[in-house]
Amino acid sequence: MNAVQVEVLLQTLISGILLGGLYALIGIGMTLIMGVMKIINLAHGELMMVGMYVAYVLFTFFHIDPYLAVFFAAPFLFFLGVLIQKFLITPVLKVDSILPENQVILTVGIGMVLANVVTMIFKSDYLSTPVDYATKAWYLTDYWRDAPIELSLSFAWSVSFLFAIFITIALWFFLSRTDMGKSIRATAQDNDAALLMGVNVGRMRMITFGLGSALVGAAGCLFIPMYYLYPSLGGQFTLIAFVITILGGLGSTVGAIIGGLILGVFESLTATYIGMGWAPVGRFAIFVAALVFLPGGVASLLRRQRLGK
Amino acid sequence: MKKYFPLFVLALLSVIPLLGLSTYMMHILILVIMWTVIGMAWNLLGGYCGQVSFGHAAFYGTGAYTAGILYYKLGLSAWWGIPASIAVVAILSLVVGFVCLRLRGPYFALGTLAIGVIMRVTAENLVDLTQGDLGILIQERTWVEKIWYYYIILLIAAVTFLVIKLVVESKLGYYFVAIREDQDAAESLGINTTLYKIVALCLSGVLTGVAGGFYTNYMGYIDPGVVFALHDISIVTIMVVMVGGVATYWGPAIGALIMVFLAEIIRSIPGLGAAHHTLFGILLIVIIIFLPNGIVGDIPKLKKIFRLGGVSP
Repeated sequence: MNAVQVEVLLQTLISGILLGGLYALIGIGMTLIMGVMKIINLAHGELMMVGMYVAYVLFTFFHIDPYLAVFFAAPFLFFLGVLIQKFLITPVLKVDSILPENQVILTVGIGMVLANVVTMIFKSDYLSTPVDYATKAWYLTDYWRDAPIELSLSFAWSVSFLFAIFITIALWFFLSRTDMGKSIRATAQDNDAALLMGVNVGRMRMITFGLGSALVGAAGCLFIPMYYLYPSLGGQFTLIAFVITILGGLGSTVGAIIGGLILGVFESLTATYIGMGWAPVGRFAIFVAALVFLPGGVASLLRRQRLGK
Repeated sequence: MKKYFPLFVLALLSVIPLLGLSTYMMHILILVIMWTVIGMAWNLLGGYCGQVSFGHAAFYGTGAYTAGILYYKLGLSAWWGIPASIAVVAILSLVVGFVCLRLRGPYFALGTLAIGVIMRVTAENLVDLTQGDLGILIQERTWVEKIWYYYIILLIAAVTFLVIKLVVESKLGYYFVAIREDQDAAESLGINTTLYKIVALCLSGVLTGVAGGFYTNYMGYIDPGVVFALHDISIVTIMVVMVGGVATYWGPAIGALIMVFLAEIIRSIPGLGAAHHTLFGILLIVIIIFLPNGIVGDIPKLKKIFRLGGVSP
């Protein structure tokens, strides 16, 4: 391997990890909902799309930086999530039907409505938030003049990555240190036992759905400085979130973080060495591989190690 | 009487073209019957066997592309695509089954969703074989009049109906329902659940693929965005069955009738066309909350509602 090849590889790995950090945030939202409610939220990507549009509106009309928009978009999506849970998902959980997958199909319907309503309001044009730091980057040669290879670190990507880490730590703190967080984890572990211990399970479900939506909305705000925005972008992110949760292990937060990083790096490698158009196929190749070789995801590996000790 | 009802419907449907309907009406009817075929195929897997697939576009598109590629690369008539798609889609179903049937319930649904997307991206990127986004155009059409296409799709629908009726009323059908109701219990009774799930997936996939092969011949043009569409194929397939009635013989037909006409009506009202996904989504939500087993499946419930409405002033 000569210097150029090393450079390309390292650069690919860097962008993969940065992308993976944001993917992890999307995956955590999905895995939380999955763990507590045992349903798959197929409107997850669409909720993220709504978060991105909130950031776009704030930027275009009020000149609020997308990173600050996180603090507006996350509460907004929290309430949207709570409303969806209270008025649509809870009634369906009570209805008796032949197919138990009704809730999943319901979330598809919600996703369709969200995407279509956004299309009607904003048209299906490609939009973006032209922030002035979008092309800013740090270069290795600026700090180390005689560096044999040249690497760059995009400013926007790095800030988004740090934000993602910060949100993840805050979430970890919430889930492990506060009473409400403990109640949510108890509900995820055993619904009935939590109910018997005096946890308001219905309320915890609502909060979890809101929290999952808020997380993915925040991820949307962090994506928007680098991405174009269009109403049908949600679908692909729903799939990404799902692949991450399978990769990480269903309902495992740590698994989702690791799964997000693996997926980010893998996608980045596919895009560099095989071709941009094939990146989605690479994504699903790893998904299929995970199903065949590691059905429990990364979480099962972690668990095995803990048991071994 | 009940025994001959399907024959009666078939006879009725085969005289409809003699009424001299307009070309547009014939087109709509052909679409309704095609969606009935896809819905019945999905219903076998989703309704009877309980494996909800979100990726039937994969089978539909593969059937369509089998016909398209036979015509475009080998110079054969695209009609050969219908028998050829049976073999191709059966192989695809086996592969999909091997991967996705390890998953249960909602996870299976998402696995198939991913397969649908993989197929679309593959068709878009294998430009040498599929022409990519340009699509495949069948240059010479077999017939100009719609009537022949109508009878062919009616024949396909009749065969599909017969296959599903035979399967559901045989031992196989009871295995499927047992798997739907409780997979572990079925397994413990000695039913080879993996085998029967694969059988259901293959049958369902092949029937959908045949409909796809017909679509290529009928429309004369396919591209990956149309035949592998997530919302407009996979989700509409589910809606056809959900609206009509899960695990019923006539549900898919009712569902297809409602969905196709609804789509056409929405499209024809100016200003509302852009909102058709919203209306579909709302319809889906309403159906799931109020009629979770579909119109045909919840007939007793509907009767009760209307009787109550009649009694109370």
